[in-house]
Amino acid sequence: MTAAYQHEFAAALRDPARPAVQSLRGATLADRARRFAVHRNNFVASLVDALAASFPVTQALVGEGFFAAMARERVFQQPPRSPVLIDYVDGFADFIADFSPAATVPYLADVARIEALRVRAFHAADALPLPEVAYRDLAASPAALADTRLTLHPSCHWMRSRHAAYSIWQAHQDPDPAGALAVVDIDRAEDVLVTRATFDVAVVALPHGAFEFLEAVRTGLTLATAFNAADSPAAGVDCGELFSLLIRHGLAVSAQTQAET
Amino acid sequence: MIFPTHLPPTPGLPADTGLPRRAGVGFKSAHFDDLQHDPDPPAFIEVHAENYMGAGGLPHAQLGAIRESLPISLHGVGLSIGSTAALDPAHLGRLEALVNRYQPAAFSEHLAWSSHGGTFFNDLLPLRYDAATLQRVCEHIDQVQQQLQRRLLLENPSTYFEFAGSTFTEPEFIAAVVRRTGCGLLLDVNNVHVSCHNNGHDPLAYLAALPMSAVAQIHLAGHAREQFDDGSSLLIDNHGSPVSDPVWQLYAHVVAVAGPLPTLIEWDTDVPEYATLRAQARMADDMATHAQMAARERAA
Repeated sequence: MTAAYQHEFAAALRDPARPAVQSLRGATLADRARRFAVHRNNFVASLVDALAASFPVTQALVGEGFFAAMARERVFQQPPRSPVLIDYVDGFADFIADFSPAATVPYLADVARIEALRVRAFHAADALPLPEVAYRDLAASPAALADTRLTLHPSCHWMRSRHAAYSIWQAHQDPDPAGALAVVDIDRAEDVLVTRATFDVAVVALPHGAFEFLEAVRTGLTLATAFNAADSPAAGVDCGELFSLLIRHGLAVSAQTQAET
Repeated sequence: MIFPTHLPPTPGLPADTGLPRRAGVGFKSAHFDDLQHDPDPPAFIEVHAENYMGAGGLPHAQLGAIRESLPISLHGVGLSIGSTAALDPAHLGRLEALVNRYQPAAFSEHLAWSSHGGTFFNDLLPLRYDAATLQRVCEHIDQVQQQLQRRLLLENPSTYFEFAGSTFTEPEFIAAVVRRTGCGLLLDVNNVHVSCHNNGHDPLAYLAALPMSAVAQIHLAGHAREQFDDGSSLLIDNHGSPVSDPVWQLYAHVVAVAGPLPTLIEWDTDVPEYATLRAQARMADDMATHAQMAARERAA
């Protein structure tokens, strides 16, 4: 019986069609409804605002009104499960992919995926990137390099888009997003890396083969195997470029060199 | 069982918390550089615990750096102490980890609920003040104080209505919780003003019914007003503007009664420049000094 009032309250918050909780003091039905509406609004507006803060480019692509309606729909269909709202970025991109009014913006979900990875990377565990000298030592000994396995930074994640999700996201970092967007071929597929070596999150377009290379490295394969994985006949893969990608963005935090047995 | 708010006790600080009896500000990441370069910084900062529940990155680096020079008040907004269901052990564990990591001078949470049936509503929802709720809230506070090994400061809520089934007034309920759990109070003066306006109570009578000796920290913030066609209005606690005049007046009254207390300026929406926030904290310090002097003159 004690639990009943919170149950009724929660159900009314989750369903805007339900009437306000009736067990509250208030002169009239209308008075009770507008008092209860403060909590209806707090629930939805605070979470819509939280999503807007985490997904600024997604919002810019569809406009504030559309974004708010889409985020509101998500709040009702998939409310947060945890008070740690950092976690609420997860799943929004999948929601957008299934949100039929957004189907006319086919790249929207992938841009949201980039923004979710940025939030994840921002809050990821800290780790010191491997110093440049360690890479130099590896480069000086090709045999050792081939037998080396790397542990990647906890913030380091990548994704594959059938659209130019990176270029679209990047255009919105420009003071003139419309001008920058005008030259983007949105149907060109792009692979995107999101990572941070210190505190600033980097978003980077991956060169050919880097996606396969990083997947192999993360699986714990040696660099020789990972370079092979990257080198598809179709694409001109430059192993030197992949190696310098690791250095430039501090992607590895440790290296273990051991010959294959 | 009575727990200290601050373990171990720091010599030279008030025994009730490790916070100085002066004004502090709610910390915002964008204010980090301004705060660190402020030659006359606020007396302490407060952060929302849930914003520091990521594994690493800038938030922890900033908080770690600030902790070198300023006391920290850790303010939870998601524990749902008023839930009829059990507290979330995972969330309590996260709070314990933060308390152990940063050793805040004070830890506070709300007299409210925010989760039900696996959904987190991201709002501080009101309680029906009856015997069953009192029992549940006290059990939860006991559990938090046991696990964190410190005294919790409980914040009075902003309310927009009262439940027909309530058998206690809000200050009576809070007084009963303090008596039974030994917890301290975080007196949010703006919330007193908002709740009393919305529910037609006299704020001075509300304050008089609270156990003022348990108050270990003050919150001050701005609110919004929603005006209706019938002439009535609701005040909405939105932390989005300067502290209002009636709230300053209530604050002066509290200081005159209870003496100076650690006082936090909260500003969470439409966050202003650091200087504006700092100026509000300075006003709180000035107001506390004047209210105390006036109280002494009256006594003399």
